[in-house]
Amino acid sequence: MRVSKRATSAIALSAAAALVATGCSSGDGDGDAAASKDGAITVHGVQPENPLVPSNTTETGGGKVVDWLWTGLVEYPNDGGAPRNALAESIDTKDSKVFTIKIKKGTKFHDGTEVKSKNFVDAWNWAAYSPNGAQNGSFFADIQGFDQTYTSDPDGPDGPQKAPAPKADKLSGLKVVDEQTFEVTLAAPTAVFPTKLGYSAFMPLPDVFFTQKPEEFGKKPIGNGPVKFVSWEDNVVIKLTRFDDYNLRDKMKIKDVDVKLYQDETAAYADLLANNLDFMEVVPTSALAGDKWKADLGDRGLSTVTPSTALISFPIYDKRFQNPKLRRAISLAINRQDISDKIFFGTRKPADSWANPLTPGAKPGNCTACKFDVATAKTLLAEAGGFTGEMVFYYNADSSHKGWMDAVAQQVKTNLGINARAEGVPTFAVFRQAVNAHTMKGPYRAAWQQDYPDVENWVNPLYVTGGSSNDGLYSNPEVDALAKQASSAPSLEASHEAFSKAVEKVDQDVPSIPIYFYGQQSGHSEKIKKLELNNVGEVDITSVEL
Amino acid sequence: MGRYLLRRLLQLVPVFIGTTFLIYWLVWAVPGDPFAGKCGERRCPDQYIAFMTEKYHLDQNVFVQYGNYMKNLLQGDFGQTFSQRDIGDIIATAYPNTLKLALVALVIEAVIGLGAGVLTGLRRNGFLDNLVLISTLFLIALPVFVVGFVLQWLLGVQWQIIKPTVSSEMRWSELIVPGFVLGSASVAYIARVARTSIAENRRADYVRTAIAKGLPMRRVVGVHLLRNSLIPVVTLLGTDLGALMGGAIVTEGIFGINGIGRAVYRAIVTKESATVVGIVVVLVLVYLVMNLVVDLLYAALDPRIRYE
Amino acid sequence: MSDPSTASVVSTPGASPTESAAPAAAGQPQTNEKPRGLLGDAWRDLRRKPLFWISTTLIVIFLLMAAFPQLFAQGDPSAGALERSLNKPGADGWFGYDLQGQDVYARVIYGARASIVVAVLSVIGTLLLGGTMGIIAGYRGGWVDALLSRIADVFFGLPFVLGAIVILTTFNGSGSGNSKAEIMGLVVVSLTVLSWPVVMRLMRSSVLATKEADYIVAARALGAGTGRIILKHLLPNCLAPLLVYGTIMVGSFIGAEATLSFLGVGLKSPVVSWGIMISDGKDFIRVAPGLVFFPAAFLVTAVLSFVMLGEAVREALDPKLR
Repeated sequence: MRVSKRATSAIALSAAAALVATGCSSGDGDGDAAASKDGAITVHGVQPENPLVPSNTTETGGGKVVDWLWTGLVEYPNDGGAPRNALAESIDTKDSKVFTIKIKKGTKFHDGTEVKSKNFVDAWNWAAYSPNGAQNGSFFADIQGFDQTYTSDPDGPDGPQKAPAPKADKLSGLKVVDEQTFEVTLAAPTAVFPTKLGYSAFMPLPDVFFTQKPEEFGKKPIGNGPVKFVSWEDNVVIKLTRFDDYNLRDKMKIKDVDVKLYQDETAAYADLLANNLDFMEVVPTSALAGDKWKADLGDRGLSTVTPSTALISFPIYDKRFQNPKLRRAISLAINRQDISDKIFFGTRKPADSWANPLTPGAKPGNCTACKFDVATAKTLLAEAGGFTGEMVFYYNADSSHKGWMDAVAQQVKTNLGINARAEGVPTFAVFRQAVNAHTMKGPYRAAWQQDYPDVENWVNPLYVTGGSSNDGLYSNPEVDALAKQASSAPSLEASHEAFSKAVEKVDQDVPSIPIYFYGQQSGHSEKIKKLELNNVGEVDITSVEL
Repeated sequence: MGRYLLRRLLQLVPVFIGTTFLIYWLVWAVPGDPFAGKCGERRCPDQYIAFMTEKYHLDQNVFVQYGNYMKNLLQGDFGQTFSQRDIGDIIATAYPNTLKLALVALVIEAVIGLGAGVLTGLRRNGFLDNLVLISTLFLIALPVFVVGFVLQWLLGVQWQIIKPTVSSEMRWSELIVPGFVLGSASVAYIARVARTSIAENRRADYVRTAIAKGLPMRRVVGVHLLRNSLIPVVTLLGTDLGALMGGAIVTEGIFGINGIGRAVYRAIVTKESATVVGIVVVLVLVYLVMNLVVDLLYAALDPRIRYE
Repeated sequence: MSDPSTASVVSTPGASPTESAAPAAAGQPQTNEKPRGLLGDAWRDLRRKPLFWISTTLIVIFLLMAAFPQLFAQGDPSAGALERSLNKPGADGWFGYDLQGQDVYARVIYGARASIVVAVLSVIGTLLLGGTMGIIAGYRGGWVDALLSRIADVFFGLPFVLGAIVILTTFNGSGSGNSKAEIMGLVVVSLTVLSWPVVMRLMRSSVLATKEADYIVAARALGAGTGRIILKHLLPNCLAPLLVYGTIMVGSFIGAEATLSFLGVGLKSPVVSWGIMISDGKDFIRVAPGLVFFPAAFLVTAVLSFVMLGEAVREALDPKLR
């Protein structure tokens, strides 16, 4: 999953309802086809942190470019609906355990070679082989044979011992049937597996990738998407151009796309206003204040909501936070509407459900602890025996979280009489290190953005014992059992139903407190006549018309 | 003089080693796991961390790491960042940009600071003197991001006199506003120090003699007064070039300049010792040379100072 | 002092009369008193300068503000309430309210303590450390000079942000539970350690220029010891650029303190400082410029009074101006 360190640039899916309601698709008529044909645009970007290899890209800067350069088996429609086949001709299964995947014939990589089934199998095997150190390696854990290719270091990465060499270098669950067909056998039935296939970890890689060093490939990536890579000048610009041999649904209408790499959002915003920049996904906080961006941009501004949620997590490993009544009391003492209105000028929506309501399968309004109810909060606090000492809310100071964290602490102080304050930790790395090591001394900020659109992604990683992001060490056997049952349900409908039961249990325990749902305010230049945002709030460059 | 120069050049070697080691060690001592924050709100797979740790030899102790680094450096290899870009390339593209910006800032600061200093030093406590004092202090007191933001907003967006950001060609004319922003905080120092120095020397015997000889005022000020008042100013300007280059983080960000400031800052927080040292090494060389030049200038400016 | 301009803000119309009166007054008391030392002369000089009195008054006010903020503001500087977020200045909140709904006036008043204490102590520390090193290096010359200068070079090469992050996170990491005073002490120490080389070079250059002067040579010829030469002759003559630099440095240290807080390694809430207020307010400069303007105005006034005081003291101390 890609979560940017800065709240202001977090991006996520934008659902159909939101798009229509907020007029996210900009421009009413079609653009001028002639102007579009050879047209070029410049969009805002940041320097990718890693060479552009899909299974090794987990941050927004590089993720955006990777999403444009590659087309996967399935794609998530701009309107936030259910995933649909893109490169895949068909994905068939009888038992949600063995999947037969057929890909469309005659699509090409940017180097002219054809995309075949073996390009998927090889790419997945590469990422799942632990000595390659791919950041997204664990995404293949569903597939049979993963425990043979992916070995852990017995004493952790800092210990003196090295991880044993894996017994196999290929996943036994992957089988090439013919040039256009391959078969995936999972370790256990997983209904949501086809949904995951649109995530960048599952992209195919051309044969040439396996003949060179990954970082060399990543500096001049070769994908199979609507645009191809031209050049990359560090911290300055990544140049892309239309891939003329592209023959899937979303062909480019314009020709060149320059991703200008900014260090500072305010600089990009100034360029946007001066028409030096054609598109900026997230306008800076200084423009949101007092709704200045609306005045600055007029009908060039877009507003949308995105299914990411900002949370405050409790360190449940700390004795002081083990009483669910105390946790609920704190949650009830927070006036989310005020935070949304005053700190975010209405650009974020107060959270009222556990999974973001824009996610397929999520139930809106199911967080009973998200109400603002000071009287009940005080009663619960008294029942929990009060709270002695100072309650410090932690956040990482290298991005703009100070405002809302200060407000949360202030409300807990005012409404519950707890001696609360918020404190910044210098960097995200130091912050995450303490979170990973379970040494947090107070509630801390967190954010969750789904990797793929399904409610499963909002429960298993966060609230199941041993979940990959269950950093507070919350554990409830009932939740675990329900989630397990939901994950292996035969159909998505049954799975969603079972997950909503698990969420009801979570709601009783309040292991974390949802605060707000992300929103995104974007802007474009006068030059662009039409554009849509894609499922992760990035501009869908194939929709741009001039 | 020749021997003095040789000795100073020889002294550069221990300073160079001392500085690079100190910086390497400090970055190494920055708390935090460099890979803890690389995977968003989820811990990175141990396999990824193990792979990176081994690739960058982070499991060895700091002395071995530093030794390896210096060995490669002497062969002209600056190493790679954690995002696997060659540090040498970053330095080669980012350095000239920052140097250009810092030079523009230095010139602006010298011209405005010295001009204001001379004017106010000759006519102390006048209206102009106080105006200069208050306005320069205001520039000091306002943080760079405020000055930069306001100027960019007014000149670039509201009045459209300049482009809000600097293009990648880095034309000199585009650098005037960013240079002013960068140099603004130092103008007050230069102006004040120059003013004091001028005011003091204004009373010196040689100035009185020069005036008594009937020399025109312009010559008295330009040749006699200025030359003798320049020592503290030159010291400040000389040390400031290094400070300007290292302190350009905010200015570079605001005006979208691809310089070393942001690269250093990012490398510090991600504990990339090699990147920090690589960039700072060149910075250290700049100010070591500047210090040497300043020391030589003392002798040129003030006949009373002699190096044996 | 040849400019009798009355349009001046810093020196009021009284300035020139007092000065022209000085020589006349100087003769009389000396007839029945012992000749004064350098400091006595300076004090007598100072008493007559309105510049001195204005700046001293302002500084006393700021110091009072730092010591007893409750005398100036009734409100609680850290009590926030979102319903009055970004309210404009009015009868109940003279300077308006910030994003959290905290009273800006109360915060500016309470911010004086951290800002002034940190900045002044750091400046004093920097001047003492850098000044001492500079005098020794400049006066001794030779290998001592080379050694000290090169040590200064090493420290000068450290990027400020790097040094500060390391020093402060090592001793002041999150959850270290340091008291307010300890945190302030650490901030002062890091600012001092990272800023002394400039002062050292400044001092050294002054000493180099002065030490061959006739009066020093004469003093040495008369058999004056090193300590006496440095303290009685060198120091007063080299102090001018240092004082000037130091007083302005107060201003930039207040800003540096803000940078450290901004990075999460400096002062922490609920401690308030002007620097923290300015950096918090920067995103709202188009909506509520007061959030930046008011703390900046206090900062400028405080720095101005220190500069004015420094100027007055320097003129009084400087033997060349007699």
